[in-house]
Amino acid sequence: MMFELARGQLLQPAGLDDSDLDRILGRLCGPGVDLGEAYFQRRVRESWMLEDGSVRGGSWDVDQGVGLRAVAGTGTGFAYADSLDLPALMAAASSARAITRSGQSGQVRAGQAVQARHRYAADDPTASGQAGDRVELLRTIDAYTRSLDSRVSQVTVNLSASFETIVVAASDGVLAGDVRPLVRLDIRVLMEQGKRREQGFAGGGGRFPLEELMQAETWQDMAREAVRQGGVNLTAEDAPAGHMTVVLGPGWPGVLLHEAIGHGLEGDFNRKGISAFSNRIGEQVASAGCTIVDDGTLERRRGSLSIDDEGTPASCTTLIENGRLVGYMQDKLNARLMGVEPTGNGRRESFAHLPMPRMTNTYMLPGEHDPGEIIASVEDGIYAVNFNGGQVDITSGKFVFAASEAYRIKNGKIGAAIKGATLIGNGPDVLTRVGMVGNDLRLDSGVGVCGKEGQSVPVGVGQPTLRIDGLTVGGTA
Amino acid sequence: MSDFLQTPEREIAQLEQLARRVLERARSGGAEQAEVSLSSSLAREAAVRLGEVDVLEEARDRGIRVTVFRNQCSASASTGDLRLDTVDECVDRALAIARHTQPDPAAGLADPELMADQPVELDLWHPVDLGMSDLLARARTIEQAGRDADERISNSEGASVSTEAAVSVYANSHGFFGSSRGTSYSQSCVLIAADEAGMQRDYDWDTQRRFDDLADPVTTGAGAASRTVRRLGARRVPTGKVPVLFAPEVARGLIGHLVGAVSGSSLYRRASYLLDAVGQQVLPSWVSLIERPRLLVGASSGWFDADGVATRESALVADGELLRYVLSNYSARRLGLQTTANAGGVRNLCLVGASHAFEQLLAEMGTGLIVTEVMGQGVNLVTGDYSRGAAGFWVENGEIVFPAEEITIAGHLRDMLAGVVAAGTDVDTRRNIQTGSLLIERMTVAGQQD
Repeated sequence: MMFELARGQLLQPAGLDDSDLDRILGRLCGPGVDLGEAYFQRRVRESWMLEDGSVRGGSWDVDQGVGLRAVAGTGTGFAYADSLDLPALMAAASSARAITRSGQSGQVRAGQAVQARHRYAADDPTASGQAGDRVELLRTIDAYTRSLDSRVSQVTVNLSASFETIVVAASDGVLAGDVRPLVRLDIRVLMEQGKRREQGFAGGGGRFPLEELMQAETWQDMAREAVRQGGVNLTAEDAPAGHMTVVLGPGWPGVLLHEAIGHGLEGDFNRKGISAFSNRIGEQVASAGCTIVDDGTLERRRGSLSIDDEGTPASCTTLIENGRLVGYMQDKLNARLMGVEPTGNGRRESFAHLPMPRMTNTYMLPGEHDPGEIIASVEDGIYAVNFNGGQVDITSGKFVFAASEAYRIKNGKIGAAIKGATLIGNGPDVLTRVGMVGNDLRLDSGVGVCGKEGQSVPVGVGQPTLRIDGLTVGGTA
Repeated sequence: MSDFLQTPEREIAQLEQLARRVLERARSGGAEQAEVSLSSSLAREAAVRLGEVDVLEEARDRGIRVTVFRNQCSASASTGDLRLDTVDECVDRALAIARHTQPDPAAGLADPELMADQPVELDLWHPVDLGMSDLLARARTIEQAGRDADERISNSEGASVSTEAAVSVYANSHGFFGSSRGTSYSQSCVLIAADEAGMQRDYDWDTQRRFDDLADPVTTGAGAASRTVRRLGARRVPTGKVPVLFAPEVARGLIGHLVGAVSGSSLYRRASYLLDAVGQQVLPSWVSLIERPRLLVGASSGWFDADGVATRESALVADGELLRYVLSNYSARRLGLQTTANAGGVRNLCLVGASHAFEQLLAEMGTGLIVTEVMGQGVNLVTGDYSRGAAGFWVENGEIVFPAEEITIAGHLRDMLAGVVAAGTDVDTRRNIQTGSLLIERMTVAGQQD
């Protein structure tokens, strides 16, 4: 039972019991308060960095605290404390209840432990006891990566593991806990040939034991991928400029969906009517072959959650079904104000931040076309397979994402590599230009970080190969 | 008035006491050298949306980061929990990790003679005890002014007003103890305008160390409104090579890329298009970039850097020529050079040589693009290749013709910076890089279908 485990790790050492939780929630629930909530969190992160052939840095970071909020109507009072002792918590609760109006005190419902399926095991991947193995691994990765290609001049390897425990207690009766591991390995290479220098990158991870990343076949794949990318970029020509057909490869290019569609379908923007997708439920916003989901339930993925940061079990929410807009992603506050159910998308960076609707793993389901057939259908365009991430203006719908590995397509054949270029489009209509959907759905390798209003959370993306008939490509040629 | 605002000395003294404990524990645990930085802040924010309270937030943040050096191996640890047992655990964890990291000849504190020995009063602390209701009332005034300013304003993302008071301490095993304190006051407003073509969003903001220096609430609200409505009807522009005028809010980013490319960590990794560039012409000869870290009431002023090294006024670029890199003690050692007291970045880097009012820049540009917003991460400092999404205004014969969006601008940073043909006197002093508008001779703009 995850709640019991989390409570044992977080609340018991601080000497906090159920009656203390009741007192805190009672303090929060002043007049007019719809929801009082205490969010307890402890996160330990350990990381190692190799550069220039040796492990030059290691760090250990711990943060612990409680975020207290009182929600009344559309307003939120928020305060947090970095210590778990009761007087500090009660003082923070008093600050948070500044939001209260006049009238009757809010109700606190008796806590009931939330039942949710575990999407990952509760093993702690931070363990300085195995530091020797980790340092040795980084050196082995460095030597292997350098051995792959004589043009590799720099190798940087980062290995990190974090372990987070949360407990959520709220006046609506939610009592929930989660224990979340997260590991990641990144390999970055600098390659030089003559006067040219280019980078290559590969990384991955998820909510699983670090030992899985430490297996030779896993990191060797990453090393080869980083070197392959760097090598491709060493031959890249200037990218074209203008409006053209763009084929996106499977997996990480799903960052397109995250930016073009995902953010615009978050409940807060739609409740406020400031998204380019506001009031468009039921409308056709994509080609008929497009079905897009946000799925926090995938086992052990970087963006997955057993429960969200409000204690709602994660779910698989269909956002677009056969091109039709069918759903938004919600947290409790926006779901209540829009008269729908929360979807398990209430997330926060830490106890010191307020939760809001955020994506988990966002991807498009596969279609029927063979990827080779998709490339062959393009007379003149580009084929982009790796990206640096993107950004969106949810109100105008304009979004960008920057290719880090791309090629020209001429007469149905992949041609020369081209330099990284930014692609820009309009969220509400880009998916109406999807001409073909591949049968090769792939999820990214576990490196996504999403930023919104200054808060970062880990996410996943995925898609099959897609042909988009018209995007603006920002090259110089 | 809260204790924190009234007697920051007491908070600083507490942090210094913790610093001593940390350094002593590190020493007795076997570290030859150690350093520790601590911070403590009190912040308050009130946000309104459509006249209703949106968020009231009270934030008390503290943090500590310790780094230990042992046989030239280093490790660090941090926490936001300043209870003694957690702080002690941090030191122990760092010491334990340093047993596994490998020797790095560049690791270690800066030399003792480089430490800042004279505290300087930079006039950054201007406490005003503002309650939540004061902030709330001001936020309401800002938003209302914005919503009233133009009937095309159809919606709002809200207005917010915040205050922060922060103190920090840096200490190391040379015996250096430095502290600083500063206040900041901020306000912002984000509005939505709509017409048949769709919605646009934009914002205005201000941040100041003295509350009384903040822009009038009505100015910020009305500024957000005018910035938002002027974007209505935005469209793409023809694909081609044209002059591009970067407004101050994005010109700052261009100078920031130059700083990034000449920063020590990019250089020792050879991850910069500007290797070995000291002595080279990186900007036109009428431009200088002067760093003024000790400006009174400055946005990012400080008398010592994150290594405890004394800061001083110094030119980064003089008459277009790069005079030095941007180095911390560590990156300087990696490169066999001396630190430039830039651990933690540049402080108040000011562009000197601007002579054009904004209208003169438009006239000089003739036909081209004003960029007021850039989007995405398409800047590659290794190669200097630049390609980003943009929004702004299309200009013909020195006159703004229509707002532009869903376009990209691309070029090479080397050519872009060398191709600055004029700089504006409309300098924005609110951030650590202070520049006016910059007119770039030519970039590739991609938009419309041919």
